[in-house]
Formats: sequence, C-alpha cells, structure tokens
Amino acid sequence: MTTAYQPDDYLDSTTEFTDNIEQRETVGKVFELLFLLGLFIGIFILALLLFDIFQDGLARFLAPGFLTETPSRFPEQGGIRPAIISSILLGIVVIVVTVPIGVGAALYLEEYAPKNWWTEIIEINISNLAGVPSIVYGLLGLGVFNYLLGFGPALISGALTLSLLSLPVIIVTSREAIRAVPNSLRYASYGLGITKWRTIRSHVIPYAIPGILTGVIISISRAIGDAASLIVVGAVGFLTFNPSLFQRFMALPIQIYSYITRPEPGFANAAAATIIALLVLILALNGVAIYIRQRFTIN
Amino acid sequence: MLYSNNINQSDTTTVNQQDNYVFNVEGVKVYYGGFLALLDVYLQIPVKQIIAFIGPSGCGKSTLLRCFNRMNDLIPGARVEGRLNYRDRNIYDPKINSVKLRRQVGMVFQRPNPFPKSIYENIAFGPRANGYKGNVDELVEDSLRRAAIWDEVKDKLKEKGTALSGGQQQRLCIARAIAMKPDVLLMDEPCSALDPISSRQVEELCLELKQQYTIIMVTHNMQQASRVADFTAFFNTEIDDQSKRRGKLVEFSPTVQMFSSPQTKEAEDYISGRFG
Repeated sequence: MTTAYQPDDYLDSTTEFTDNIEQRETVGKVFELLFLLGLFIGIFILALLLFDIFQDGLARFLAPGFLTETPSRFPEQGGIRPAIISSILLGIVVIVVTVPIGVGAALYLEEYAPKNWWTEIIEINISNLAGVPSIVYGLLGLGVFNYLLGFGPALISGALTLSLLSLPVIIVTSREAIRAVPNSLRYASYGLGITKWRTIRSHVIPYAIPGILTGVIISISRAIGDAASLIVVGAVGFLTFNPSLFQRFMALPIQIYSYITRPEPGFANAAAATIIALLVLILALNGVAIYIRQRFTIN
Repeated sequence: MLYSNNINQSDTTTVNQQDNYVFNVEGVKVYYGGFLALLDVYLQIPVKQIIAFIGPSGCGKSTLLRCFNRMNDLIPGARVEGRLNYRDRNIYDPKINSVKLRRQVGMVFQRPNPFPKSIYENIAFGPRANGYKGNVDELVEDSLRRAAIWDEVKDKLKEKGTALSGGQQQRLCIARAIAMKPDVLLMDEPCSALDPISSRQVEELCLELKQQYTIIMVTHNMQQASRVADFTAFFNTEIDDQSKRRGKLVEFSPTVQMFSSPQTKEAEDYISGRFG
C-alpha cells in the first residue's frame, strides 16, 4: 500500500527553518498592493489635472487663431503666437548650448579626468547645482547676461539662463550614461589599436546616447516650463511681435501666469488653453528625443 | 635566470638569434597601486609558436599577458617596471606609441566582446579607423574565413555581432583581431566562457593561425595547453615576507617536456593536480 505523495508534508517537514513562508508572502502581497496604490494615486492626480485643463481650455485651444494670432485685451480674441515662438526659440537655444557643453563636461569627467579628491568635489558640486531653485539662476543670469555681457532683457539672456539651469542635470545624467558603458567595449576597441578619441566617438558615445537623451528630455522639460528665472531676467507679460534672439521676449509659462492674474473669466479658459499648448510642445520635444533614443538603443 | 636553456636542446631553430624571439621579457615586475602582483619575470617568446601560460588563479599570467600590448596602462594604478622588448624595442620606453603597438599585438579577451554593430562592421571598423586603403569587403571575407566562421555568417553580415552564439562571437573576435594583420595574438583564456565543442573549434583555429602569428594564450585548462601549445610557461603564487600573495614565473619549457618531465617540483605538483 503506497500513500499518495503529499507535497505539503514533505516541504513542511524541515525543522531547521521556522519562519512562516505563507505569512511572508502575504506581507509581500500587501506591499505590492501599496505600491500599486501609489502608482494609481499618481496617475489619478495627473488624470484629474489633465481632465480639468481640457475641460476649461480645449474649446479655446481649438478656436481658430489661438495659435496664430497675437494676444489681445479681450479674452475671447487673440492668440499666443509670440509666446509659442518664444518658447520654441528658447528650447532650441537651450538644446544647442547645453548638449555639447554638458555632454562634453561629462565626457571629460568620466574618460579623461584622473579620479582624485579634486574631481570628487567637482562631482558633488555639480549634483548640488541641480537642486538650486530656478529663481537663483534667474538672478545669476540677470547679473551675467543682462548686465555684464550687456545683452539686456533679451531672449538670448533668457535662453542662456535656462541653459545654466539645465546644465547640471545634463552633466549628471550624461555621466551616469557614460559610466554605464561596459569597459569590455572600450578594451575591445583599444585592443585593436584604436585611439582614445576614436574609441569614445565610435563606441562610447553611441552606446551612451539613450541615457544622455533621457537627461536631455528631463532638463529641457524643466527649462521650457520654468517661469521664475525668466521673470527675473526680464521676460514681458504681453508681446505683440515674434521675438528674435536680441529682442524682448516671453514664454508659455509666463503667458499662463499673465492670463491667470487677469480677473475676467474668459482668461481662465485662455490660461488653460495655453497650458495645453505648453504640454503639446513638451510632448513634441520628448517625442523627438524618444524617437532618437529608440534608434540608438542597443537591444 | 634565463630559461632559454630549456629550449636549446629540443628546438631545432637557432634560438640565440634575436630575430627568432618576438618578445624578450627582462625583469618585468607589475604593481597594482603599492602591491607587487608579479615578481621579476625573465622570458623569451619564440616567433610563430603557440605559448601557453598556465598556473593557479592569481599567479599573474593575465597580468603578464597584458604587458605585451600595454593594456595594463588602462588599469588605474597599474605600474610596470623592467624591460619588455618587442623585436628589439623596449615597448615601455615613453617614446613608444602604445596605440601603434596594439596594431601589431592584438588581443582576444576572456568573455567575447564583439561591438554592438553588424558582423561586417565589427571586422571592418578597426582597419577603416586606421586608414586601410584596400578592399574592405575582401578583408572582411578573408578574416572571417581565416577565423573559420565565414560559412556560418556569410549570409548575415548585416546582423548584429552580439546576436551570435558564444563560440561564434569568440571566433568573430578572433577574426576582428586578425583583420588588423597583427604580428602577435594575445589570448586571455579565450575558451573559458565557451562550451567544449566551441573550445575545440577555437583550439583548431589556433593551430592553423600559428603559421602566421605568434600566439600567447593564457589558459586554466592544462589539457588545452598540452593539446595546443608548443611551449608552456608555468606561473605560481608565493607568499612574501609580509604575508602577501604575489605571482611569479616558475618554469618555461617546451610543452612536451613540461607535461612529461617538468624541471621544477612546483610545476610537477601542479601538472599532476596536487594543487591548482
């Protein structure tokens, strides 16, 4: 007569380890649900925000002329074209300035600089700079770009200030991306008699591009959405022409602020519509960066 | 102490002439930071032969291997003292360009590390970057043929090198190294990450490649050394007066002699498996 194999009897027969596996797994499940709850809270708040904005602003956003006309005193009329052009120009200048400088700095720190206490201090400083509030960068920009370099309250001053704001994040994330490139790849290249710069250019950088682009996405989004630093540097609240680099300028966040401060109810819709415009711009920039990142990702 | 005496009796080539040695190691010591990892090594590497470096872990065989193409320069804190002559020129002379050295002395690593590019690009990259003027397509095919992998990849040259199996990747790395038309091939445990069949394929490949290249191979596998190598260098660890472990070269003999009648007790103990 054979007894059927009872799994639990055998697995539970050990006396060495006394803790309760089932209880542990239940606790684990509770944590899993808590984390899921955290995710839902975040998504829920975001969805609520988007819903609110779209409810207030979608009609105004889709109204003809909103994107193509200049602002007017009347909330139902006019558009935000100067603000859009400003933000786009600001974004372009920030990308053109911060990516070479930021990635270059990261490359130097990771590939060329010796690892001593001096570079440690630099690394700590750069990480700290990433946390400095944007208004402080605004004050710095005011002093350096408006006055010292004499650009005055022009778009270029705003763009360079936003670049300073974005630089620490780009440097830190680029460093991480470059650090993540496996050494075996570098050794393979050096072993073939390839020079250091060629190794960096043809192997390290392409491998690190996805990580670098993530940093670019994060910092550009922050820069495009920033208002405080631009106000200090002299952005205006009302602009009737398309600004160029050396003219007075504004930006989408400032346009939003400017609409919010007006009492007429129609301006609230205009503000919401401008927020939608800002979100579209950020999504478009992110989309381009994500597309480039996909092309370069090593599967 | 020169070990060339061991070679004199059994090798038929005249070994005392400089041009029959591709490397002459004279008193090379390697430090990692302040720690002496490899004690004075005196060794002469004969040309167009396969030389195996065997020994237990931590005995300095890979460290010495990396001296031949100055890859130790890339390790922060590594310092090499002594003289290492590659065809009569001391490669640790500051005037020597290590990049040029590495074109002549190629390396294959323990874990296959093909570039994350296409198979074609893997082979073509090195020569192109160094200004190769000939026909790249022919060079790629030639290198892949010599590495005994052409038939397996000729229809998928555009696929990523990393999509191949382990054994194929390693042969791809060998093809990549020989595309640079080097003089010497250094192999750091090339088969340790491979299955036995792929290992055997790489071993047979080495036996063919020996007609053109001098091959120095670090291996943990004594049977492999006895199958493949013409000469074997046995390294071991020793404890110094501060109770620190460091590596040293113990014996350098033709393989047949090393495995039948080794000259030192340490080598004999290792070969017969008493430690390792």
